[in-house]
Amino acid sequence: MVNNNENDNRELVRVRELYKHFPVEGTDDVWRAVDGVSFDIKPGETLGLVGESGCGKSTAGRCILRLIEPTRGDVEFAGRDVTAMGKRELRELRREMQIVFQDPNASLNPRMKIGDIIAEPLVIHNIGNKAERRERVAWLLGKVGLDADYMKRYSHEFSGGQLQRIGVARALALNPKLIVADEPVSALDVSVQAQVVNLLQDLQQEFGLTYLFISHGLAVVEHISTRVAVMYLGRIVEIADAKDLYLNPLHPYTVALLSAIPIPDPKQKRDRIILKGDVPTARNPPSGCRFRTRCPMAIEACAHTDPELREIAGGHSVACIRVEGYDSAPRTESLHRHETSLPVKT
Amino acid sequence: MNHLLEVKNLHTYFQTREGLVCAVDGVSFHLDGGELLGLVGESGCGKSISALSIMRLVSPPGKIVAGEVLFDGRDLLRLSNREMRDVRGNDVAMIFQDPMTSLNPVFTVGEQIAEALRLHHQLNRKQAAAAAVEAMTEVTIPDAELRAKDYPHQLSGGMRQRVMIAMALACDPKVLIADEPTTALDVTIQAQILELLNNLRRTRELAVLLITHDLGVVAEVADRVAVMYTGQIVEASPVDELFARPKHPYTEGLLRSVPKLRRTATTKEARLQTIDGAVPRLTALPPGCHFEPRCPYRMPRCREQEIPLYPVAAEVAARCVLFDPATVGDAEMINHRGHRESHIQ
Repeated sequence: MVNNNENDNRELVRVRELYKHFPVEGTDDVWRAVDGVSFDIKPGETLGLVGESGCGKSTAGRCILRLIEPTRGDVEFAGRDVTAMGKRELRELRREMQIVFQDPNASLNPRMKIGDIIAEPLVIHNIGNKAERRERVAWLLGKVGLDADYMKRYSHEFSGGQLQRIGVARALALNPKLIVADEPVSALDVSVQAQVVNLLQDLQQEFGLTYLFISHGLAVVEHISTRVAVMYLGRIVEIADAKDLYLNPLHPYTVALLSAIPIPDPKQKRDRIILKGDVPTARNPPSGCRFRTRCPMAIEACAHTDPELREIAGGHSVACIRVEGYDSAPRTESLHRHETSLPVKT
Repeated sequence: MNHLLEVKNLHTYFQTREGLVCAVDGVSFHLDGGELLGLVGESGCGKSISALSIMRLVSPPGKIVAGEVLFDGRDLLRLSNREMRDVRGNDVAMIFQDPMTSLNPVFTVGEQIAEALRLHHQLNRKQAAAAAVEAMTEVTIPDAELRAKDYPHQLSGGMRQRVMIAMALACDPKVLIADEPTTALDVTIQAQILELLNNLRRTRELAVLLITHDLGVVAEVADRVAVMYTGQIVEASPVDELFARPKHPYTEGLLRSVPKLRRTATTKEARLQTIDGAVPRLTALPPGCHFEPRCPYRMPRCREQEIPLYPVAAEVAARCVLFDPATVGDAEMINHRGHRESHIQ
């Protein structure tokens, strides 16, 4: 019991040195989708994971759920080692961690009634009888702002926003602690996006949910997140409280990323930093700092030093040797492995 | 005054199993050289079909049933197919969201740009190849000479979109229609492409019709904006005016539902503002104002008649009874306006 309490006050999710390398067909090369990522998610918070396409944010999210097997690294959920779990344990664990996908159209079976889609997790986990499940589905539909009658319909009868609500209802069915939301509003129109974001926030309050919110939409992430981690080419380059990160970005990539967002206000003329070139491939990332090939601040040393995340100020960590105070800053706490952590799996 | 491009009362309908869909339902706007008009709206509002109608590229069951598209005084809708083919590319060019589907995968990008140049400028192979490299340089493709030998799949999304722009500009068109050109791109690449479009329209005196769902993009580059909803323009306005004083309740709702970055927003809201409900199906539009069921200011007369686009000021118009000059002074209106002012606060 004592242990449990301790866990309650601590992180819900601990990710340490997570790697996912995909083989590149026909070669000995690997695609370094996630290349040494460490972070924590505290209970009740929303951690935003942002970055451009191919930075590894979705892969990282899926590795936590083990929808993708990590190459190596540790993932702990409420003190339990997720990476070491067998199939049965993992299935039990999935009651507590669920995912909402970007494209509700692709993630909901068009040949199943909405009611059956939402009840499926209950069936898989053998919860309740038919009548109880139907009651639960009706309740869930209500919670996501839909009519209970909709359970008899098929997905093609719904708009994108409604489908995403259904996806959220399915994720909620088992009363999870953590929901990984992978670009949940990116496919939706602006006015509907706002509705779904508000819904996610309401549900978080009501059920004490913890979110890992993965998105390339920086404004949405700022709005919903407690803390935000910025990824570039498989690495976290900066992590901080949302407010801190957006008001005082330190990593040159974060700075450029924020300055690139078009602002819906023509009066705001800004000094935009337009990055040169494209993101290099994760198959062959640049030596040293991965961002240096596009970085306006890069110096000779950036090619030789692979910067680790260091805590520049309370809770604000950055991986860039050009940031003031980086040299003397301590290594970020979350990079240290848990004392009890298990040996590295390969 | 004659505009370079003037679309008048355009109607494009689709006969579907569920009934007649008025995808473009009386759209009018104009565009001049060096100007960038943003056509914004959510999916299904008819912005892309409007663009395709201008190019006469609407495929069946879609049909342009009424309207005029005047380019330099000529109505494009009355041209023969052969004449129209000359207009496409030479006078009006178009780029799309996904460049991969518009590029031929088995030819190098240099060859594809050169082909467009050869057809329109009567160049020989060698001259065309050199001109292609030049065109690629203009759209800021680094090492253009090398990249010209690449096949489309070897290029990144941003580079492919640059190639598309180079092809579109190969024949010196006066109008460029860009349909969601940056939607598939990452934000840092989007910034590059927007800057490129903005520079090109200045250096080439190009008229650009930019179709997008992103209000941020519009705010960055547009001179004027037309907002579409269910096949109609509901508000047209210069960009500063639109963002500072939106007229139509739909525009107002859209602007409010966009999450703002803290550093640029005056206040930080705990909740996003939303627009109630969803866009109605085009086969089941509400009577009168199509936005009425979702509108916070709705009143009985909104349902009683089709609402025209009321002129509000020079270059400003709104399709909303709140701007009906005949009733602007009415007590009921004043009441609603009062309600609205307090709402906006």
